[in-house]
Parts: sequence; structure tokens; C-alpha cells
Amino acid sequence: MNFERIKEKLNILADAAKYDVSCSSSGSKRTNTNKGLGDSSGMGICHSYTEDGRCVSLLKILLTNHCIFDCAYCVTRKSNDVQRAAFKIQEVVDLTINFYRRNYIEGLFLSSGIFKSPDHTMERLIAVAKKLREEENFNGYIHLKSIPGCSDELMYEAGLYADRLSVNIEVPTVSGLKLLAPDKKHEDFTKPMLKVKNELLRYKNERKLIKSTPKYAPAGQSTQMIIGATGESDKDIMYSATHYYKNYNMKRVYYSGYVPVAEDSRLPSMDTQVPMLRENRLYQTDWLLRFYGFAVNEIINDEHPNLAMDVDPKLSWALRNMKHFPVDVNKADKRMLARIPGIGMRSVHKVIHARKFRKLNWEHLKKIGVALNRAKYFIVCDSRDWERKDLDVGKIKGMILQNSSGKFRKQHSTQLALFAN
Amino acid sequence: MKNSKTLIYDGSFNGFLTAVFIAFEEKVKVADIQKNGQTQNGLFSETETIFTNVVKAKRVWNGVRAKSYNAIGTIYFAFLSETDGIERLLFSYIQKLMVSKENKQVDFSDDTVLYISQLARKVGREKHRMEAFVRFQLTKDNIYFANIEPDFDVLPLISKHFRNRYADQQWLIYDVKRGYGIFYNLERVELVSLNLSEIHHNRTKKSAAFTTNEYDYQDLWNNYFKSTNIKSRINRKLHTQHVPKRYWKYLSEKKEAV
Repeated sequence: MNFERIKEKLNILADAAKYDVSCSSSGSKRTNTNKGLGDSSGMGICHSYTEDGRCVSLLKILLTNHCIFDCAYCVTRKSNDVQRAAFKIQEVVDLTINFYRRNYIEGLFLSSGIFKSPDHTMERLIAVAKKLREEENFNGYIHLKSIPGCSDELMYEAGLYADRLSVNIEVPTVSGLKLLAPDKKHEDFTKPMLKVKNELLRYKNERKLIKSTPKYAPAGQSTQMIIGATGESDKDIMYSATHYYKNYNMKRVYYSGYVPVAEDSRLPSMDTQVPMLRENRLYQTDWLLRFYGFAVNEIINDEHPNLAMDVDPKLSWALRNMKHFPVDVNKADKRMLARIPGIGMRSVHKVIHARKFRKLNWEHLKKIGVALNRAKYFIVCDSRDWERKDLDVGKIKGMILQNSSGKFRKQHSTQLALFAN
Repeated sequence: MKNSKTLIYDGSFNGFLTAVFIAFEEKVKVADIQKNGQTQNGLFSETETIFTNVVKAKRVWNGVRAKSYNAIGTIYFAFLSETDGIERLLFSYIQKLMVSKENKQVDFSDDTVLYISQLARKVGREKHRMEAFVRFQLTKDNIYFANIEPDFDVLPLISKHFRNRYADQQWLIYDVKRGYGIFYNLERVELVSLNLSEIHHNRTKKSAAFTTNEYDYQDLWNNYFKSTNIKSRINRKLHTQHVPKRYWKYLSEKKEAV
């Protein structure tokens, strides 16, 4: 192996692949039964974290960054003047195996620029996965990117070797897509998704009858949207995310704040900040929808098409719906407990168990780990001491903001800095 | 009135469970349970040395498990935290479990129960971190070797994970702090203790113990680590929160930072 040449390619092709956010390696249930290499049956593992704080769990690379398309938001688009490179199939296999054996990674995340045709590209991606599974006896995690516009037969084959498949929808609105990626049609994205969804359902049904049915993409499929490139509202994003969760059985929808990669009149300029706070709020909303039992129109609707930036979406919902509060933590059901700002699902679980033994007071709640600085305005417990003052919504919000500190607080403070630099 | 006693055990988990068994069976008023070699006599208590007995330990294990299936795991994890006075706490935890009619293990409004479950969770996190932060280096005699220095004694907890994952390669994980390691010889995992001439943490000097390709792969990995970073999103605080500095010296991707 020529390490110098590989190093060059790795730098180019890892650099081009880093804008894909997904790095999950859990939920696969692929056990090591044949004394082979690797096991992805447990929880996912983040083996390291880069200096931007994102986890490194998979070897995330492109097979090549040659591309026939010219999508404005993408670094590897045809018209961009960057160094191009391509891996050979065997090189990717060797890298994956050697990194995996040293416990650097959980597996491979393989994507690619589109060369010649979507089908041709997809075939090469599948060839890598097939080689890893069949020749190297590899049971680690493999995430393959479905190439928009590739055929159903190839999507079927990909699922036989990969743990997860994903197509990035990238632009949440159809009109935005037309503007930024004129070569691609909306159907090119949804067709492979639909195929994977149908196959997943078919395999699930078959497994009910025949237990030894082979695996088809056991970790499901996911997608990703760029935030802040086309002036879409939070409502556009979250409604479209809900659509994909519901109609395509997505495991995850990822939100990726737009990182300016090139000067283009259709896009924000090169010196715009990455919208990290907005991204954070969208993920918080996503969690509320998937784990806390909220419906999307409770949090975002026509009246409130954008999320509040100064407070998190749950607190913001609670402040708009004071009629549900205060809640008695010793009596309320699980659903209502989960809606109290400052109480997460872990605390909900603990509260529900602990209150069987005795009535809980402030001291108990604090030790359990409830964030009382927020929660105290919304609950009563076994104590004569509670927030008695008839506070209005604005007051509560002000007091919470005053008595807490947030990592993004600087960005939306209205107060002038005394010593601005 | 019966005098209270301090029970001395050999430091193993089975030894501790034997001590618990004897305390229950002989209705000993326990002043403390202490590791052999770290004893401190109380002014008014006698001491008794406990000889580890696997059968008796097993009975405690099964007794606790019959009471609450998850509790025994919590006890084992908390025991491995090596916290000062953990034996005394765990003894009162077990007492509480056995006395209670309900599943006391989830009474998070009880201070001992909450503390033990938090300790167990801490150890669980360290176990998970070790599954992530072990970095194998390939030696010339074809063994994948790693040094670690975990906060808690997690080697017994991670052995299954690595055995399942690397079933077709020989590997050795050595805990520098506690002076023992686990070695997988393609058949099973064994406990080993070594006379290490040097501890293999990050340094620029290459060791003769490893293959030459080993350093090429480390180099590739370090390069990958750098290329996959997005500079306009830099967030060092989050980075060190996830990868605390005390682990850096064994992570090859942090070679330059150490």
C-alpha cells in the first residue's frame, strides 16, 4: 500500500464528506456469530470527537468527489474548482478493516459524487459493502448513501449489505430545490426512499413467518436537510421532517446548519455565520416530537412559524400554555410530567418510581436532577413553599433567563456590551 | 449488647459478598467492611477476617437478584467504582433491598439508593468511554495492544464487548493504574499481569515493539481526524467535554496536543 498517496486521497475525500451529519452506529443487531470481525449489536459508540465537537464514529468518506451534477450548496459540484480524487474499492476496504481492528471506528459511512450515472455510482458503493461482508467477514456497521435517481434493483441489493441507507433531501422545499439543484428532481430523492421503506416492511412481515429471514438495512434509513440556505421557515423544516418520519418511517432526520462553501448569488454570502443556535432549537423540537409526545402543530403553527431563539421550544410552549400549569408532580401522569420545562425523560422516569414510596418535595426533586430554576414556576410538590406570586408570562421568562446561563446567550442578547471588542 | 464488628475481606467482589453473607447469617452488627491491607480499627469494634467463599457469595448474588433483577448489576458496578467506604454503603443498600416489600431499587427519593444508582451510572459511563477510547497498536508478534488508565476498575466490564467484537485477532488491554490486563488468545479471555518496560502512550519516538505499518495507520487516522473537522463550527469546549484531557495521552489522534 502506498501510504503517501492514500493519505492525500483520504484528506480530500474525508474533507468533502464531512458535511454529512449522520454518524449514528446504533440499532443494527448484527452479531458476530462466525468468529469474524466486528459486532454491531450493542449501542453506538463515538470513538472520538473533532474540535468542532461532533462525534467520530464511522469512517466517513466519499468514494470519489468527481460529480456530473452542479448543486449550488455542495462542495463537490461540477463547477467548483477543487482537487479531485477517487478511491479504488480495495483501498476503502483496507482502510476500513485496519481502522476497525485498531478500535478507531464503528464502521464505514460511504458516500460518493455521481460519476457517469447514478446506477454506475451505486454499483460501486454496493461493491465495497459486498466485499467487506463476504470477503472480510466484517460485521461492523455500514452506512451507504443512496444515490438520487438510482434504480430499485440496486436499492434492494444495497440493503442486503448495509445497516443503514440514506438519501439527503438537502432542501426542505420543492421550490428551493429547483433553485439550487436544477439537475435534480424531487422524485429522484423520494423514489429510493420509498423503495427502502417498502422493502423494510416486506422483510418485517416475512420475519414474522420465517425467523431466519436475512437482514435488510436493520438500522433503517435517515435523511438530512440544510438549514438556512434558502430562507425557509422553521415550520417548513419541521413539517417536512414530520412528513418523512411518518410516511417513510425514517429513523432520523438530521438538520445541518449551512456552512458557506462557495460564492453564489442564490446562497447566503461567504461570511455568514453557521446557524448553530437555530440548528440546536430544531433538534430540541425533533426530540420533543419523538420522545416527549408533542405534536408538531403544538410547537410550530401558523401563529408561530419560527422557534423562539432565546428560550428552548418546550419552555416556549409552556409559556404559551400556562393554563395547564402548575402541575402536581406527585399526581400528574407521565405525559404531563414530560411537558414540564426543566424535567427530562430521565427525571420523569425517576419521579414516577420515587413517588410510590413517599411524596416528593423540592429537596428530592433537586437531588433527582430536575432543573428547578426552570421547573419551579410550573410545579407544586409536597411543600408549603411554592411560587405564590401571581407572575405573568413575561415575568417568568425574565426570571428564568436571569437565573440561568446558556451557551448561546451572547448571540441573542439585546443588551449592549459594555466593553465590545 | 452485642459488640459491633469490622469485617475484613480480600478486596474481590466475591469476598465482599461473602462478608455480606456472614453478616446476615450470624446477625453481625456491622461497623464496617474493609479491604485487607487498608484496615482501620474502630475504637469499640472487633475485627473478623472473612475468607472468600464462592458458594456463599453466589447465595447473596441470587438472593439479591430474586429481590430485584437489576439491583445486582447496580451493586457490582458501584462496587467497581472503588469509592472510599463503598462497602458500608452497599451493605446498607442490600439491607434496605432485602427488608423492603416493594422494589426498593427504584426509590430515588432515598439518599443511599439514589447515590448508589448514580455511582453505578458513573461506572457505566467510564465503561462506555473505555469501549470508545481504547486504541490498539499492532505489535510485531501480532497482538493488538492497548494501555489504558480508567478512573474506575472497568476491565471486567469491557471484556465481553471486546471478545465479541475482535473474535479473530489476539488483543491485550492493560490497565496501567491497577497493574493488570486482559488478554484474548483467540479462544478465551485471561487475566494477565506484566512487567511493562515502558508505558505506551503518545510520543514522537517510535517503539520497536510495533510493526512499521502501525505508525502509517496512526498517521492516516490522525490525518482523517483533522480533515473531518469543520473549522467554521469550532467548539473546543464541547470537544474537551466529550474527550476529557486525562484520556488524551493514549489517543493517537491527540498526539500533537499532548
